[in-house]
Amino acid sequence: MSLVLHSAPRFASSEGVIDAVCATLGDRLIAAREEHGEIVLTIDRPAIAEALQLLRDNHEYQQLMEIAGVDYPDRALRFEVVYMLLSLTHNHRVLVKVNAAEDTPVPTVTHLWPVAGWLEREVFDLYGVIFEGNSDLRRILTDYGFEGHPFRKDFPLTGYVELRYSEEDKRVVYEPVKLAQDLRSFDFMSPWEGADYVLPGDEKAVQTPPPPAAAPAVPKTTEKAADTGAGKETNKAAAKKVAKPAAPKVTKTKEPGAPKPTSSRPDRKPRKKSADAKPSTAPEGS
Amino acid sequence: MSGLSLEQSPTTGDDVITNYTINFGPQHPAAHGVLRMVMELDGEVIERVDPHVGLLHRGTEKLIEHKTYLQALPYFDRLDYCSPLGMEHSYVLAVEKLLNVEVPERAQYLRVLFAELTRICNHMLNLGSHVMDVGAMTPNLWMFEIREDCLNFFERASGARMHAAWFRPGGVHQDVPEKLLVDIGQWLDTRLPELFEDAMSLVVDNRIFKQRNVDIATVSKADAVKWGFSGPMIRGSGIAWDIRKAQPYDVYDRMEFDVPVGTRGDCYDRFMVRVEEVRQSARIMKQCLRDMPSGPVASTDRKVSPPKRAEMKASMEALIHHFKLYTEGFHVPAGEVYVATESPKGEFGVYLVSDGSNKPYRCKIRPTAFSHLQAMDFMCKGHMLPDVTAIIGAIDVVFGECDR
Repeated sequence: MSLVLHSAPRFASSEGVIDAVCATLGDRLIAAREEHGEIVLTIDRPAIAEALQLLRDNHEYQQLMEIAGVDYPDRALRFEVVYMLLSLTHNHRVLVKVNAAEDTPVPTVTHLWPVAGWLEREVFDLYGVIFEGNSDLRRILTDYGFEGHPFRKDFPLTGYVELRYSEEDKRVVYEPVKLAQDLRSFDFMSPWEGADYVLPGDEKAVQTPPPPAAAPAVPKTTEKAADTGAGKETNKAAAKKVAKPAAPKVTKTKEPGAPKPTSSRPDRKPRKKSADAKPSTAPEGS
Repeated sequence: MSGLSLEQSPTTGDDVITNYTINFGPQHPAAHGVLRMVMELDGEVIERVDPHVGLLHRGTEKLIEHKTYLQALPYFDRLDYCSPLGMEHSYVLAVEKLLNVEVPERAQYLRVLFAELTRICNHMLNLGSHVMDVGAMTPNLWMFEIREDCLNFFERASGARMHAAWFRPGGVHQDVPEKLLVDIGQWLDTRLPELFEDAMSLVVDNRIFKQRNVDIATVSKADAVKWGFSGPMIRGSGIAWDIRKAQPYDVYDRMEFDVPVGTRGDCYDRFMVRVEEVRQSARIMKQCLRDMPSGPVASTDRKVSPPKRAEMKASMEALIHHFKLYTEGFHVPAGEVYVATESPKGEFGVYLVSDGSNKPYRCKIRPTAFSHLQAMDFMCKGHMLPDVTAIIGAIDVVFGECDR
């Protein structure tokens, strides 16, 4: 265990807890690790209720404080359900988790802790994990008649519907979300520290194939006229001019010429120079 | 209809009353927010309560997944808007636990000082409205006077009366003026006890108040444990469980304070536990003021907390650190932690999953009221309809936090 510098809540030492729990849970336990000062136990899904009961009765984890869902879309069993247990007598906490998919129900623990009722409803509502045996698995946080499970990673942040009060219908109406401006999601990850996209400009380097290897060197020779790449001689007759040049145009009426230059008016006084009449191109302060 | 003839019916000459269902809320002044409860009543006696929550659900946890760690912090103010700093405390400690970053002593003292001020602030609102829900007007006005003082102190420390965003991973955002600490000290000695004890003297031994609260919604120790109670709710049932004492964080291990417990587990006990907690909070605050060292108020790790403005004027490195922290934000090592602190309402937990990037992968918030409200059904069963307001008042529910 590395040096603890932070000042987060300090509960009783976790020393020996994993060994003791392993002995009790046996093969119900898939994995157990201690990280960041937290003990995380992964339990086989069908055995979760038994395992939690053993932890409650044999290891004095009396309170179930919270059940959290987490979504990892890349995994085959994409959801994690995490139970936070608290021992009031040993002053200790453990996290117990199971993996589940949409179609693999997790056994309920409402018979062990009645508080699990709402906590399971919440995970069901937000992630769509089914809890087998929970008799009251209704939605809890989302709207009446809501569709989908909003906390999944593939559910958009904006959702799909928005509601407003319609003056014409005199009731609240649901409409598809219309954004006046695209949802802005800034990416501040620095590109040279593990960006998972192609850097702007790099796509050229990746997409263009390398130039083909040079052909075997054969010295270039021009022995015949065809080798020079020049075409045939042009027809000399084509250079001859056939038509006469056009005659100059003659008009009978006199065409108006260019207007006379405006005459200067020497009798007029020169304009007085004022401060604001300086040319616009004059440099500042001249 | 009932099959009984008039002679046999216990309510002779009357219609036989069948159970009926009413809606309590969603807009009800005693529901402390948007709580809808579908109640099945037998006359005036409650048979069944089905609370419908989620009317204030804003998807805070989903929003946090799309923000950097620092940008996510102000969302916590907006959960339980009656005790904003209590919410922040859990979050910053969770982030610090993942980062394993050291917080300077002065910052820890400041956090404890203001967390306790938040507790007083929160209890003022709760005690006052609880008293008002069962019929008394005056004490609430006195309590709000104190609450106003607290909000002024928050404003002087952070610039905001309620949504402070003052606790930051690595410390607090900025140091407080010396005069503020002096003023808080004076306030603790004079104004708080004066106003608070005055208001309480009107309530605690009041006959009507006791009639409305004593033996209402009694919760046994076993039930309190089973239903995931925490904070004043579990202490009201007689279990001396206080995370500040059992699992001390920041400098709570250096503080001397008592944990009040109830004896009967009814609404009156919960009320009195909170009353005593206010006095204990004042005691902790005085110790904080006495022992607070001077020094930095935020971590000196520049990869976590930004440099001072003055330093940025001269140092290029400081400027880069500032820019990086306020655009990209800091990266948190991959892992998962569950950190719970004793917020004024009970155990407020944050389950933080990090994938090593600058945004939380998952941030599950453990609200206090969620578990307590679930117990409404068994707490209300057999009580009269007007008792519901007392029970809700004693739960101390705020829907910003319950619905998230």
